[in-house]
Amino acid sequence: MTTQRTSGRRKQALAAAAAVAALLTTAACGGGSDDKGGSKTGAAGYDAANNKVAQASLAKKGGTLKFGGAQDADSWDTTRGYYGFMWNFARYYSRQLVTGKTEPGKAGAQLTPDLADGLAKVTDNGKTYTYHLRDGITWEDGKPITSKDVKYGIERVWAQDVLSGGPTYLKDFLDPKGEYKGPYKDKSADHLGLKAIDTPDDKTIVFHLPKANSDFEEVLGLVSASPVRQDMDTKSKYGLHPFSSGPYKFQSYSPGKSLTLVRNTNWKQASDPIRKAYPDKITVQFFSDANQLDQRLLNGDLDLDINQTGMSPQGRTTALKQHKANLDNPVSGYIRYAVFPQSVKPFDNIECRKAVILGADHVSLQTARGGPIAGGDIGTNMLPPSVPGAEGQQYDPYGISGANKNGNVAEAKKALKACGHPNGFSTTIAVRNNKPVEVATAQSMQASLKKIGINAQIDQYDGSQTTGIIGSPSNVKKKGYGIIIMGWGPDFPTVQGFGLPLWDSKYIAPSGNNNYALINDKAIDGLFGQYVTTLDDAGKTKIATDINHKVMEGAYYLPFTFEKFINWRSDNLANVYTTDNYSGMYDFVNLGLKNPK
Amino acid sequence: MTELSKTGAAVGEPTTASPAPSAFLEVRDLKVHFPTDDGLVKSVDGLSFQLEKGKTLGIVGESGSGKSVTSLGIMGLHTAGQYGKRKAQISGEIWLDGTELLSADPDHVRKLRGREMAMIFQDPLSALHPYFTIGAQIVEAYRIHHDVDKKTARRRAIEMLDRVGIPQPDKRVDNYPHEFSGGMRQRAMIAMSLVNNPELLIADEPTTALDVTVQAQILDLIRDLQKEFGSAVIIITHDLGVVAELADDILVMYGGRCVERGPADKVFYEPRHPYTWGLLGSMPRLDREQQDRLIPVKGSPPSLINVPSGCAFNPRCPYADVPKDNVTRTVRPELTEVGSKHWAACHMSQEQRERIWIEEIAPKL
Amino acid sequence: MLAYLIRRLFAAAVMLVVIVMVVFGIFFLVPKWAGVDIALSFVGKQADPAAVAGVREKLGLGDPIYFQVWEFFKGIFVGRTYSGGGDVVHCSAPCFGYSFKSEQAVWPVLTDRFPVTLGLALGAAVLWLIFGVAAGVLSALKRGSIWDRGAMVVALAGVSLPIYFTGLLSLAIFAFGLHWIDAQYVPLSQSVGGWFGGMILPWITLAFLYAAMYARITRATMLEILGEDYIRTARAKGLREQTVIGKHAMRSTMTPLLTMLGMDLGALIGGAILTESTFNLPGLGRAVLDAIRNQDLPIILGVTLITSLAVLIANLVVDVLYAVIDPRVRLA
Repeated sequence: MTTQRTSGRRKQALAAAAAVAALLTTAACGGGSDDKGGSKTGAAGYDAANNKVAQASLAKKGGTLKFGGAQDADSWDTTRGYYGFMWNFARYYSRQLVTGKTEPGKAGAQLTPDLADGLAKVTDNGKTYTYHLRDGITWEDGKPITSKDVKYGIERVWAQDVLSGGPTYLKDFLDPKGEYKGPYKDKSADHLGLKAIDTPDDKTIVFHLPKANSDFEEVLGLVSASPVRQDMDTKSKYGLHPFSSGPYKFQSYSPGKSLTLVRNTNWKQASDPIRKAYPDKITVQFFSDANQLDQRLLNGDLDLDINQTGMSPQGRTTALKQHKANLDNPVSGYIRYAVFPQSVKPFDNIECRKAVILGADHVSLQTARGGPIAGGDIGTNMLPPSVPGAEGQQYDPYGISGANKNGNVAEAKKALKACGHPNGFSTTIAVRNNKPVEVATAQSMQASLKKIGINAQIDQYDGSQTTGIIGSPSNVKKKGYGIIIMGWGPDFPTVQGFGLPLWDSKYIAPSGNNNYALINDKAIDGLFGQYVTTLDDAGKTKIATDINHKVMEGAYYLPFTFEKFINWRSDNLANVYTTDNYSGMYDFVNLGLKNPK
Repeated sequence: MTELSKTGAAVGEPTTASPAPSAFLEVRDLKVHFPTDDGLVKSVDGLSFQLEKGKTLGIVGESGSGKSVTSLGIMGLHTAGQYGKRKAQISGEIWLDGTELLSADPDHVRKLRGREMAMIFQDPLSALHPYFTIGAQIVEAYRIHHDVDKKTARRRAIEMLDRVGIPQPDKRVDNYPHEFSGGMRQRAMIAMSLVNNPELLIADEPTTALDVTVQAQILDLIRDLQKEFGSAVIIITHDLGVVAELADDILVMYGGRCVERGPADKVFYEPRHPYTWGLLGSMPRLDREQQDRLIPVKGSPPSLINVPSGCAFNPRCPYADVPKDNVTRTVRPELTEVGSKHWAACHMSQEQRERIWIEEIAPKL
Repeated sequence: MLAYLIRRLFAAAVMLVVIVMVVFGIFFLVPKWAGVDIALSFVGKQADPAAVAGVREKLGLGDPIYFQVWEFFKGIFVGRTYSGGGDVVHCSAPCFGYSFKSEQAVWPVLTDRFPVTLGLALGAAVLWLIFGVAAGVLSALKRGSIWDRGAMVVALAGVSLPIYFTGLLSLAIFAFGLHWIDAQYVPLSQSVGGWFGGMILPWITLAFLYAAMYARITRATMLEILGEDYIRTARAKGLREQTVIGKHAMRSTMTPLLTMLGMDLGALIGGAILTESTFNLPGLGRAVLDAIRNQDLPIILGVTLITSLAVLIANLVVDVLYAVIDPRVRLA
């Protein structure tokens, strides 16, 4: 099935159509361009909501907030969803013990109590977490949310054979040996057999970790820690109609078509210090063509893109020219990079890895990613700017954004010599066929590597089979994938939430592997071990920086960009801001409308 | 209209009002020219003849001699529905029962078609609509000219089918053309043509597509029907044998013109044109013993765009050098009377032709 | 006729079985040979081994392929139950499979999407038949005229311009430029006017493409038919020209048009993928496009089956209609 590949002819026709469309739209709009100071249309201005709140005071209660999306969620089941936008959106209909602050930028990544009346009381050297639930919290049928509901919701993570897809951190942290078999196979009468969680009364919940983990509360802030009421659990079908604990509830959902949320009348503002719940109704309309979505955004039919992965090139161009005041250019939290599996020769040799890093033309790679605005700043290391401990471009051990910006042939040749391949070598670049930008990046890389004598051949594999193809180290070795083009964003904004699956040797798996470089470094493993038992923020930040340095020193990765997006916000949106909690997306839960209609 | 023939026509300007003739059908200096990319195709180039009611005229000639074009010209089918094609250029006069058809209102001519004059075509399979029943097609032909209900028309159709010798006509009336045999189809076609009692019936190669045995039956049928209805009949054929027993008069066409015209027995027994001789020679005859003695007319029909100068037949004529001074290649021969009502267009003298016929041609036939 | 129908129906059924087996083979067997574990495409980023095992169990991927095919067919007639990990999902007959991506039975998805596609195809067909055939006939009757040349240039443009060009263009002009219509899909049951407003551009765009083809075919066929002997016969009878064209010539011209119409409708009902994605119509075409993108094999299989069924039925209907129009076919 090759629908993702766009033939040359089709591309031309699309381009022509887009050009004509752009021309007509320009004519229709009168071509007015708005600047930073805001516009006649009421848009807040370029980058006005990037790490700050735009037009908070203009938000009014009521109206329908309209999302559009080119991609439906993997699942709306709080246990099963893994897409960033799903976690963001799920706050409309689900609450957690703790969650990210509803504040812009870095502050958004800090935890604040939600269902709980305060942050955890941590005792027992970081191995026991105790929460007390606040009063007045209710389900969509008016019944109170109890600690047992929270426990049951968390237990569902153990039922991976039925509820696959979501993050499994809770399981890894609370029951690393996998002793509990999940609520569906739980023989106890109340199906609450997970020993690591105690619910002494309906208001109190106690977590007992077998081993301390300083990020445990971060994990409780993920939507996978949301409460689920046992009598409302429809198991695999729960994602079609989750039972709401938040200010909105599902009215209708047709996968891939549309989703409508309406007010949960049993939710009480007084019980919820976080959610403002401005609109009366929230709709999501799905498109199979991203250009269509952009057109609808530009046309004012929709308020924002639920996927929050940036506009497509055509829409972006038009928007930047004519509606700049409706755009924000946040850092996404993603790093785009190439990774070198050490199982594939000669990438077992650090000098050969360095040769590729030094020889690549980083500016042209950035251009392939979309340039400084739509692609992002040149990436110089492997810790995203949103993660505490990140130093951004200040840490640049290979001069990627500095001296070696356009590729340093001399240095690269020196490294090749040290590696024992003075005349270069041949290798294969593996890239997903369904991401045109990544394919372009691979081609750019191929071109610059040629200059230092490295002959790279590009293998475009079926992008939907990523887990099975590059997630299998044996397959990677067999295919000789010396360079894999990938990208990664943090599950939660800490070094653990970003780098643990990528860099810890324990995470090397025969399938579904994410440690593509097969990093097996005692020092890095040790730092992660140290990190989980360090409870103070300053100490955690320091370790994060150290881990990043270790990874870079090993030359396992060639970072391309600290990714940035161009995201659209309609004239009618108010109280808009990006948050590091969701990798630079707008914080959905407190969006409001200026003119409710 | 353009390009009158250089040798001139017997009658002057085509559409000048000349007196209505006494004959039932009179064609005067008919010219049918088709403009094409290669030049003007002069399919019919100055043809005149007369036909009385109850009489039969046989028009004989090779393919491309202009006989079918003449018949379609009389029916007015060169101008009806020729979408987007370059229009045929038609001049001359066609008088039918006192009406000049070429200058008449096309809708008037349409009303005459099928009622006053009807036509039978060569291949009844392709000439009948494959998707309609025989009955429906006859009924349609009848009702367009008669204001009757379907039942009456159907009765009429069955009656006609019966008349042309189709067994079980009340059943066969609901058959489709492909369910009929070739002979039956032609009978049905004849039934359709005669359903309105036309005064003039044109049969264009009515038997060419049929078996020899069926041919005779069809010809007999036409003769019988003519007697019964008293119509004037034109039979167009490339085969003199077909008209031998049927026609009162015979008109031999070559290259869009008439080369010999006269009563049937004259044309058969005293033909005065070398082309007629050729046709007679190529005629299969039941009384002849060996078919291998057939003598076809040598050579191919003339180009109608660049008609040979002089006598159009000269390149194929074995006697082209008989007349002196190369006259056959420079001067077009006019029709001259060679006997009572018998005309021929040949440069050879009467005596020369008489001698050749008696000495060289007739014995071999 | 009845025996003929039965024979054709039987052939169609055999064809469907073959199609299902081929599609099954493509989706379940080929990846296996290529060493790809399909179960992995159903689990997320953190592929928990229990999750992979669960999917395998529920999908029945461990069973031999012939057994899977058999289960699939059985499901169509008697329904099917998927179970694994303490979760039981019943998919009632006709069960055309179950999507593990969206946790829905395939059949309701198909029945939900089908009316959209049907509406699109039929609406467009009405338009293109009216305009295409009319243009073709006029063009044939005025052959060589300015009208004919103009119409044929437009038709050529229509045939060669792809939907996503004309579609985007029409959207850019009428929806985003002039704001005449909203051009967003609204179900017919919700608002007739809204439905019409949402469908009119897709109809026109799709009809433009097909009308162009139909005009060209109509013109060529009409010109050929006008040269037929039986048309001359019709004129020789003294029929009015409108009867000659409208009855005698049209009847014959309809035959190839009908064949085309049957095929085109069959193919369109299987999903006008480009039109539906250009105009964001939630029909079968978009369902299959999204399914392909998400590797939602059961939906792909279901839509493929429905598409094949539509094409087969369309063929059957064309054959029967053919016999109605052309008496010569009836004997064969």
